[in-house]
Amino acid sequence: MTVSATDWLLLSPELVLTAGGLLLLSLSVLVDKAREEFLGFLSVVLVAITGAALALVASHPARDAGAILGGMFVVDNFAVFFKVLVLISLLLAILGSIRFVGASPYPGGEYYALLLFAGVGMLFMVSGHNLVSIYVALELMALASYILAGYFKGETKSTEAALKYFVLGAFSSGVLLYGLSLVYGLTGKMGLPELGKVLTGPARSNLLLIGILLILAGLLFKIAAVPFHVWTPDVYEGSPTPVTAFFAVGPKVAAYAILARIFYVAFPAFYADWGLIVAVVAAATMILGNLAALLQTNVKRMFAYSSIAHAGYALLGVLGFQTDFGLWGILIYLLAYTFMNFGAFALIIFLETRGYAAESVSDFNGLARRNMGAAVVMLIFLLSLAGIPPTAGFIGKYYLFTAAMKAGYAWLAVLAVLASAVSLFYYFRIAAAMFFAETDGAPLRSSYALTAAVAICAVGTLVVGIAPQPFVEAIRACVPLAR
Amino acid sequence: MDLIRQIPILSIITYIPLAGALAIVFFIPKERSGAIKYVATAVALLDLVVSLPLWFAFDRNGPGYQFVENVSWIPSLGVNYHFGIDGISLILILLTTLTGAIAVYCSYTAITERQKEYYVLLLLLQTFMIGTFCSLDFFLFYVFWEVMLVPMYFLIGVWGGERRLYAAIKFFLYTLAGSVLMLLGIIALFFLNTTGFLSYPGLDRPPTFSIEALTSVAAGLPATLQIWLFFAFFLGFAIKVPMFPFHTWLPDAHTEAPTAGSVILAAVLLKMGTYGFVRFSLPMFPDAINTPWVQSLMVALAIIGIVYGAMVTLVQKDMKKLIAYSSVSHLGFVMLGVFSLNMAGVQGGILQMVNHGISTGALFLLVGVVYERRHTRMISEYGGLARQMPVYATYFLIMALSSMGLPLLNGFIGEFAILQGAFARSLWWALAAATGIVLGAAYLLWLYQRIFFGELSNPANAKLPDLTAREQLTLIPLVLAAFWIGLYPRPFFDILRVPSEKIVAAVGGKTTEAPAVAAAPGEAPVAPGPSGPVPQAHP
Repeated sequence: MTVSATDWLLLSPELVLTAGGLLLLSLSVLVDKAREEFLGFLSVVLVAITGAALALVASHPARDAGAILGGMFVVDNFAVFFKVLVLISLLLAILGSIRFVGASPYPGGEYYALLLFAGVGMLFMVSGHNLVSIYVALELMALASYILAGYFKGETKSTEAALKYFVLGAFSSGVLLYGLSLVYGLTGKMGLPELGKVLTGPARSNLLLIGILLILAGLLFKIAAVPFHVWTPDVYEGSPTPVTAFFAVGPKVAAYAILARIFYVAFPAFYADWGLIVAVVAAATMILGNLAALLQTNVKRMFAYSSIAHAGYALLGVLGFQTDFGLWGILIYLLAYTFMNFGAFALIIFLETRGYAAESVSDFNGLARRNMGAAVVMLIFLLSLAGIPPTAGFIGKYYLFTAAMKAGYAWLAVLAVLASAVSLFYYFRIAAAMFFAETDGAPLRSSYALTAAVAICAVGTLVVGIAPQPFVEAIRACVPLAR
Repeated sequence: MDLIRQIPILSIITYIPLAGALAIVFFIPKERSGAIKYVATAVALLDLVVSLPLWFAFDRNGPGYQFVENVSWIPSLGVNYHFGIDGISLILILLTTLTGAIAVYCSYTAITERQKEYYVLLLLLQTFMIGTFCSLDFFLFYVFWEVMLVPMYFLIGVWGGERRLYAAIKFFLYTLAGSVLMLLGIIALFFLNTTGFLSYPGLDRPPTFSIEALTSVAAGLPATLQIWLFFAFFLGFAIKVPMFPFHTWLPDAHTEAPTAGSVILAAVLLKMGTYGFVRFSLPMFPDAINTPWVQSLMVALAIIGIVYGAMVTLVQKDMKKLIAYSSVSHLGFVMLGVFSLNMAGVQGGILQMVNHGISTGALFLLVGVVYERRHTRMISEYGGLARQMPVYATYFLIMALSSMGLPLLNGFIGEFAILQGAFARSLWWALAAATGIVLGAAYLLWLYQRIFFGELSNPANAKLPDLTAREQLTLIPLVLAAFWIGLYPRPFFDILRVPSEKIVAAVGGKTTEAPAVAAAPGEAPVAPGPSGPVPQAHP
């Protein structure tokens, strides 16, 4: 197999980011702890350069010509859309970390490098067009994530989070790999389009179904769907908060990309087999995620369960694969989710860096009096998470409910809207604390980097909600996927 | 009057409060509470003044929606920014701008904390309410309908009574749960118009959320599907009305809300539900509504609401809660009128929506007056106030009589037309509803007696000052409106005639059959109908 110049060019975002991560690693040896905010800003610049490279790729005429590296990867509109999401979540995570990591006793250089390597893994994942390349990219992301979860190694909870994440993550990777090997063994194909072409007829073996089921289970682990969700609350609670914010968005978004790609491109003929399973999993995920979130007093755990519930909503889009609405729903919902969920976590980071560990809901008490802007922005994120218009969350949920209705799962749509109404109750516990409760705290001010992250999220949440047309156009251009 | 048709008047009315709210947020520091109040009042008054020309410019005989604005908003989904009004929305918009101004003006002394946030939220709420009444696109309608809950939640939660947190979240969750199901109904209609839904084939038309287009789609569906969709919408509206048994959020929200919040809740927010029924449910699902069991269920819920609401009202010890429960009974009347499915009932029901806004809004204002002075709403704390506060007692009497439906006042006209409509359908409906009127007189007169008559026994009341000029100014417009509708309701019936005819025709009733005779003393019967008044006896 030869690697052409075009291939190199189309891989430039990944290459830039990898080189950036290596650069950060080398620099971290030279920069002392007091000056390492510089490394944070440098990594912002590196993400920006990657973004520029991505823009170059997106406008490259050869992009549509087909797969690169002999069919390992593809850069269709779908991949470009997800790469943008990955870079946004990476940028937000870095902005949210600068003050946080700077104030901690742990070195920053490796931290940013690990974030970038996880980002590289995700960039490859969303382009993956072959079972092997997808798996390797997934592992690259996962390995970097395990270290990030335990990065604050002096904290017991952080170490616990890393261990749980690693053990369960490795197990789920094993399940996924087993499924991949079964499918390969039975078909002799690795490329997704080839699999899609072979797996069309009614002839199917039970072993093949087991393989597909194991792949599904492995991916459901990664998106934290019930019953594969148990690792989430502990990992989210224990990890450093900017890392949690990143986990809740980046890896999930990337996992959804490969879930969508594998099942849309390779296994559409088996919809009848996996459709009902996904429906049941989605129902269980929405119900359990929301009900468990109702009972939490720890904010990070509450958002962990809330993100489980959101994974359940997004599964409605997977159900809708037979119509375009399904993929549209996943795409626009994940766009909304990136902004609103990261925004909410950014506010938790905001309270934490100022000496108030935002562990319990009462830490939000009286935020409206201490910093009205922060309280209003948090309210916007909460409304969006609950799916109240005119926010991005509403547009996203609208598409997902539409997808479920169109796919004939009206009962699931009813369940989803009711679950979504219930979620308002726990989101608004925070709103009530911010606006109704009294406080004796002094006014709060945010760092510039964090303010920038929050501003990006708030603008994104409102613009997608009020003027969704350009985004709707963008997601429509992503479908159908390259086959 | 041509000018008004050339400018986007509905958008202007809708967004004046929003602009005012933003101006307060960005340009007035929160310490300057005086400036905040005056700007908020000026904005609300401006909105009222700008909305008044609609009344004069509106063409009573125009068949369709008027003052229409229609621009594309999300073309890929077929969502338009589509505004327009008919007679029903017109009078509700005027009710909104009037009570909006009153709500701002009545809060000067009641609200002493966090004033900036308070007035900003009141103005935002007004924008969202007017937007709901103007929307002719389902998507747009839903956006306004949902976002309206947010400012109300905070108004109750921050400035409410002791159990405000519970009341606020209960209000939000209840109404949200209902409206999300309506969203699914809207999505189903969207697909029935385009590519089909479940096993039902679609019409393969371009995607749209236009209320007019989807109404005609819905009206052509088979009855079983219509019944499903009817109930998807029903929950959203019935909770908002609120109809028995979905009313339990209302006493809590009303009682705990600050006075202005209660006034707006009573005058406008409850009307969202009844508006939903007349604007959507009736024209969209005629076959569902004409299904005997559905109709019986609706009428039964309305009558239970009337009688049960009135009986619960009788035993209340808290003034505000008493008036809150009386709303359940009054809104039951509205629903009975609407589901009579004839001209008298529909017109009466719609007029009674306005009447309830005026009477109950004023009663909440009046309760707020003594609450501000005594900080208690318990009826037992009062007694003999007529001696100490004669002006207050007079206003209270007028509004109580208006609420119980005494001739010369507005409540009589509405209830008369509703009973007429109900009677045309069934003697028993009218009979059951009439007991509600008797009970209504009982609870209001008994309330009045306990508060105002007898000796001034409680020394805490001995020095209560009578109404201030500002308090009187908030009440006078409502009193005038009550007398206007009571003495000369014809303009209201005129403006409601065309849209009511459309609704009644859509559900298969005869539009000329039942003239809404609103025979206030000295007033000739008002007989609407395209072919002129043909009063006739009917079984």
